[in-house]
Amino acid sequence: MSSRTIETLASTLPEPETPIRADGLTKRFGSFTAVDHVSFRIRSGEIFGWLGPNGAGKTTTIRMLLGLIQPTEGQLSVLGLDPVTQKKTLQARVGYMSQLFTLYNDLTAGENIRFYGRVYGLSRERLARRREEILQMAGLEGRENSLTASLSGGWKQRLALGCAIVHEPPVVFLDEPTAGVDPISRREFWSLIYAMAHAGTTVLVTTHYMDEAELCQRVGFINQGRLVAMGTPDELKQTRMQGQVLEIVSGDPDRAIRLLKDLQASGRMPFDEVALYGAQIHVVVPSADEYRDPIRRLLEGDGIPVKGIDWIVPTLEDVFISTVRVSDGGN
Amino acid sequence: MDDRIVISTRDMVKRFRTRRGRVTAVDHISVDVRRAETFGLIGPDGAGKTTSVRVILGLLRRDAGESRVLGYDSMHDVYAIREHSGYIAQQFALPGDMTVLENLRFFADLHGIPVNAQKKSIAELLRFAGLTEFASRPAGRLSGGMKKKLALACSLIHQPEVVMMDEPTLGVDPVSRREFWNLLGNLRIEKGTTIFVCTPYMDEAERCNQVGLIYQGRLIAVDTPAGIKRMVPGSLLEFTPSAFAPARERVAGLPGVLEIQTYGAMLHIFVDNAARRQAEIAAALQAAGIACSGMRAIEPRMEEAFISLISRQKAEENVKQDD
Repeated sequence: MSSRTIETLASTLPEPETPIRADGLTKRFGSFTAVDHVSFRIRSGEIFGWLGPNGAGKTTTIRMLLGLIQPTEGQLSVLGLDPVTQKKTLQARVGYMSQLFTLYNDLTAGENIRFYGRVYGLSRERLARRREEILQMAGLEGRENSLTASLSGGWKQRLALGCAIVHEPPVVFLDEPTAGVDPISRREFWSLIYAMAHAGTTVLVTTHYMDEAELCQRVGFINQGRLVAMGTPDELKQTRMQGQVLEIVSGDPDRAIRLLKDLQASGRMPFDEVALYGAQIHVVVPSADEYRDPIRRLLEGDGIPVKGIDWIVPTLEDVFISTVRVSDGGN
Repeated sequence: MDDRIVISTRDMVKRFRTRRGRVTAVDHISVDVRRAETFGLIGPDGAGKTTSVRVILGLLRRDAGESRVLGYDSMHDVYAIREHSGYIAQQFALPGDMTVLENLRFFADLHGIPVNAQKKSIAELLRFAGLTEFASRPAGRLSGGMKKKLALACSLIHQPEVVMMDEPTLGVDPVSRREFWNLLGNLRIEKGTTIFVCTPYMDEAERCNQVGLIYQGRLIAVDTPAGIKRMVPGSLLEFTPSAFAPARERVAGLPGVLEIQTYGAMLHIFVDNAARRQAEIAAALQAAGIACSGMRAIEPRMEEAFISLISRQKAEENVKQDD
């Protein structure tokens, strides 16, 4: 069977409910295990965030899902296809945007779209339609003849996304797509991601911005190759945070933090973390209710004024750091 | 001059000649950073952060205005500034084949610190940066986060009163990013060092005493993080509509709606009175056949404030252009 026939057959298959599945996925490079028995399922139309420190295995996972490298162990399925044996068919049906925005700077915006459209073998009519749609989506109408090099970061980013989805793939992988883009452009980009998901596209996105992780419907935390937590941002905040965050407002934050750090260092108080946030101090304690009054008494006993000491909802970053520390085996 | 002011600029201007004509990279920026303060210059790529730092340190010529570090003029007292300040450039490169210890010794020699004094200060810096056990590891084999800590340690070798850092946490994972900021906190508390840091991360603003928001070369706000968050208009409502674009359009025309921002599948609506408008917005959308879930009032964060301030500035510019 020619690859063209397989492609035609594959495109007529019904979309699976979980277009991305991994079971016991493992990748070793020599003695180093980059991805260690990771299992997850991503539902159709879902925006799934993949978070982890540098070198945790995020990009390696994406490269396996794309069929660019082969797993050492485990099963993978993307759109019902096996990335190892059906790589060509798969790559024609997924979109991939790397953080490097692989655009040709010396081509115009319109030429970049045409280039990618031809790579994916779009017909002349379909390419003309997609070109208009992408220019509109990226807010590049009237700028299709501008050299890509002259476009601002936000425009380039939306154009790169457009090129990655020129063939209307049902699954899209975005690897740190918003690095270095201004906040307004980042917001616009996320609106595009949501519009895509709303239309049924499944999106797997990696990011370093924890506030963007809050925008994902579900997130997975990966650390040292292992999946250490997975769930909706709200679920993770409720279940995965070790301890609670107290925010202390003091008239003399410098003295307050010195005392709190001494209490932590001497082991008199079981603080997981003591950190200065401008004029406020965040302390992670086993229980906010139990520690609020003792902390106040200790500070005031030392003549340090306390204006407020309140339990605050942890950010996803607090949860992430707490989870990673636990999986690393404590502080 | 007030001797508590460590870094000061008045209408500082830097222009560049480019292929597309003259560009004003830094456009009349005035800031005062006090002793032992952590000042965050926050803005997107290309806003003018790096250029500002370089002009202040005397690495680039200033085109107009004033800029001083510890009272020394950026244009005329460059060597005095260098003696009293540390600098971590964005694309800093530490010799990768030299060990952590050799790197610190190299910087100590550069600053003319006598060998007998080096031993004590290097041991102290290794402890401070949590690098003691990595002292004999080649710098090239450190993780990204540890490289940044080593760069910080190297910039502190001559015990500067001021440290200027250009996006020191760029490309660093969240855990290392937080550790780095904890080091900066310790530095301020233990040594009273004045810290000037540029960053594109809005959440890092929360760790500064004073924040300057920079956009297209101009400082659009300078205040404490809490003060900047108070600059947003009214209060903020958040909800997820069943139909995004029609909901946005419908809400825009309602009374008391000051500004609309998008947040993924959610809309963020700034209103004059949250309690009153919440019910009105829900009713208006329901009448239009749009369901909305999870509507609640939330505290604006630094990012919402920044977007709001930029949008207002853009709107003002458009009005001026129309005149």
